[in-house]
Amino acid sequence: MQEAIGRAGTPINGGSAQSGSRVMVEARAVSKHFGSGEQVVKALDAVSVGIREGEFFTLLGPSGCGKTTLLRLIAGFEHPTAGAILLDGADISGLPPFRRPVNTVFQSYALFPHLTVAENIGFGLEMLGRPKAEIAETVAEMLQMVRMEAMRDRQTSQLSGGQQQRVALARALAPRPKVLLLDEPLSALDLKLRKEMQVELKRLQTETGITFVFVTHDQGEALAMSDRIAVMSEGNVLQVGSPTEIYEHPADHFVASFIGETNFLTAAVEGVDGGQVRLRLGGTLEVRAGLPDGMAPGPSVTVVVRPEHLRIADRDAGEGLPATVSDVVYLGTDTHYHLRLAGGEELFARVQNRPEGGEAWRVGDAVSAGFPPAAVRVLRD
Amino acid sequence: MAGPAAPALAPARTGETAARAARIRRNWLLATPALVLLLLAASGPLLVVVVYSVLEPGEYSGVVWELSGEGWFRVLFHRDIFDDTLSLADAHLTIFWRSASISLLTTAITLVLGFPTAYFIATRPPTQRMLWLFLVTIPFWTNLLIRTFAIMEVIRNEGILNSWAMKLGLIQAPIQILYTDTAVLIGMVYVYLPLMVLPLYAAMERLDFRLVEAAYDLYASRWRVLTRVIVPLVRPGIVAGSILVFIPSLGAYVTPRVLGGGKNMMISNLIELQFGEGRNWPLGAALSMTLLAFVMVALLVYVRNMSKVERRG
Ligand SMILES: Nc1ncnc2c1ncn2[C@@H]1O[C@H](COP(=O)(O)OP(=O)(O)O)[C@@H](O)[C@H]1O
Ligand SMILES: [Mg+2]
Repeated sequence: MQEAIGRAGTPINGGSAQSGSRVMVEARAVSKHFGSGEQVVKALDAVSVGIREGEFFTLLGPSGCGKTTLLRLIAGFEHPTAGAILLDGADISGLPPFRRPVNTVFQSYALFPHLTVAENIGFGLEMLGRPKAEIAETVAEMLQMVRMEAMRDRQTSQLSGGQQQRVALARALAPRPKVLLLDEPLSALDLKLRKEMQVELKRLQTETGITFVFVTHDQGEALAMSDRIAVMSEGNVLQVGSPTEIYEHPADHFVASFIGETNFLTAAVEGVDGGQVRLRLGGTLEVRAGLPDGMAPGPSVTVVVRPEHLRIADRDAGEGLPATVSDVVYLGTDTHYHLRLAGGEELFARVQNRPEGGEAWRVGDAVSAGFPPAAVRVLRD
Repeated sequence: MAGPAAPALAPARTGETAARAARIRRNWLLATPALVLLLLAASGPLLVVVVYSVLEPGEYSGVVWELSGEGWFRVLFHRDIFDDTLSLADAHLTIFWRSASISLLTTAITLVLGFPTAYFIATRPPTQRMLWLFLVTIPFWTNLLIRTFAIMEVIRNEGILNSWAMKLGLIQAPIQILYTDTAVLIGMVYVYLPLMVLPLYAAMERLDFRLVEAAYDLYASRWRVLTRVIVPLVRPGIVAGSILVFIPSLGAYVTPRVLGGGKNMMISNLIELQFGEGRNWPLGAALSMTLLAFVMVALLVYVRNMSKVERRG
């Protein structure tokens, strides 16, 4: 009870990685190749990842990076070329989908057109041979949970996209799987509905306590919903962490650029002491920044500074990098400034608009772009 | 509001209506020859058959224009030529029964054989499917009679099947298959199998295989996926294939004639006999009408049952 309240109380963006809880799904050095010979496609390349019990885990990456393939390997529709898939500690690599306590919400929903809403939801339980009374009870419960009681006896073709989505969710949750797999379930919905369903999905996950593995290419969606995120690219998992870790401590260039917007700067290394490094930016600005674990930097490193951490000041008042405003985009909540540094590098700053209306710069203004030292992140090369 | 606009629009609309009417008239005109032909070709012979079935048989062939119920009567009853005693026409009943059972068996067997075949083709990559379909239709390239004689060559006592089985030591003496109901059945299954595969394939090609995955995901074993998802979804193909096989099976002539060897007749052979050696056209006509009634009743029962199954889900 205590835990349930605590979890419900955490803000959606809390990203509380449930440390200490056991691993529910594990991919051990899983590779999946399609085709053979010259045309072989390495959809997954020795991917290892552990998904903890009861967490909302997201696979995030651009189209074609292997997210669906990993999901299908967990569901059992594909079998790994190498490596193993473990569920709750047991190797399930050889089991067919119908022997895995794992259910999928398909991107296309894949509702059975010849069955009613209630029959769709009860299908899994019926296949498991549960008694009729129990099935009826669970179906009623599920219909209530996804707020579709009124649609009980409808044909699925009579439902809207959002309603089909709810039925697909109820159908996958009804057998109470250990893991629920969701492959871009919201991508077919319009923006408003998508936002609603994000909240809805999060609520369902909290209510049921089932481990969710959610696939998306939308970083905003991933940040808003996940306990932890695995960022994928070209068949590899690049980083696994809470939304905060991923956003604030991106492991590499790809993660930094894929999650949110960011500025990349080249900095000269002045000296290293312990886990810290002294950097010189733009020839003038000296900052100290933390080094990623075990990194031994060369003569120069790449650092990232998020646009919302940049501070713009008058050229003579600031202590930052001298720059010229090259473009201004007013967006209501904030204003985007594009800046050009003396060396020709481009910077992008996001400044929140204040009620009193702060200083505003115009194209061509000579300014200074500064940032607190804590905003600087050194990337691994 | 519409007042001022109406007069301006009215002439235009009338013009459009007139053009449309003219177009429809022209289309009807173009369709008329075909419609007349269809009407004559379908109803003309049927009418002739209906009329002949209630006339007296002629001495050697043809009919005598005198009303008589004898043709219909003889479908079911036999009148002894010497003492006029009546008995059930056992021979006719046997032939009806054979026709019905062989046709049903042919439909069932082609369904069982055709279903996995169609599934196999539908699950090939799209580029390969055409090749497989092409292979299925190859038998249509040769004349039915030739194909039937080919079957005969395979199953006759000195044929490929028996001589190989004997060489392999499976049997000591040849098994008599030719001129049995089994031979007719084998021939019919062979001839009508493509008619089952094609509509089944058409239905399976449209099947959303993601639904099959969804069913596997929801703990359905392979058998349950077949019976609970695939079969209900390809039901239109099953219905179409069964009708396409059953109707021509019931009226099959060449296959029972060649492989049944004249002894193992089906309805069509019996009908032909009445118009030929039997010299009883009214009986032949009445038998034709009986066959037609068979087909209609069978279709009605089948479609009724299928839609009942559909409603039950
Ligand atoms: N059945 C398949 N046959 C061949 N290539 C495939 C197959 N499934 C996926 N791929 C390839 O594997 C890669 C990863 O695909 P996928 O897992 O669907 O990516 P994502 O879901 O991240 O968009 C892609 O290059 C895709 O073309
Ligand atoms: Mg995908």
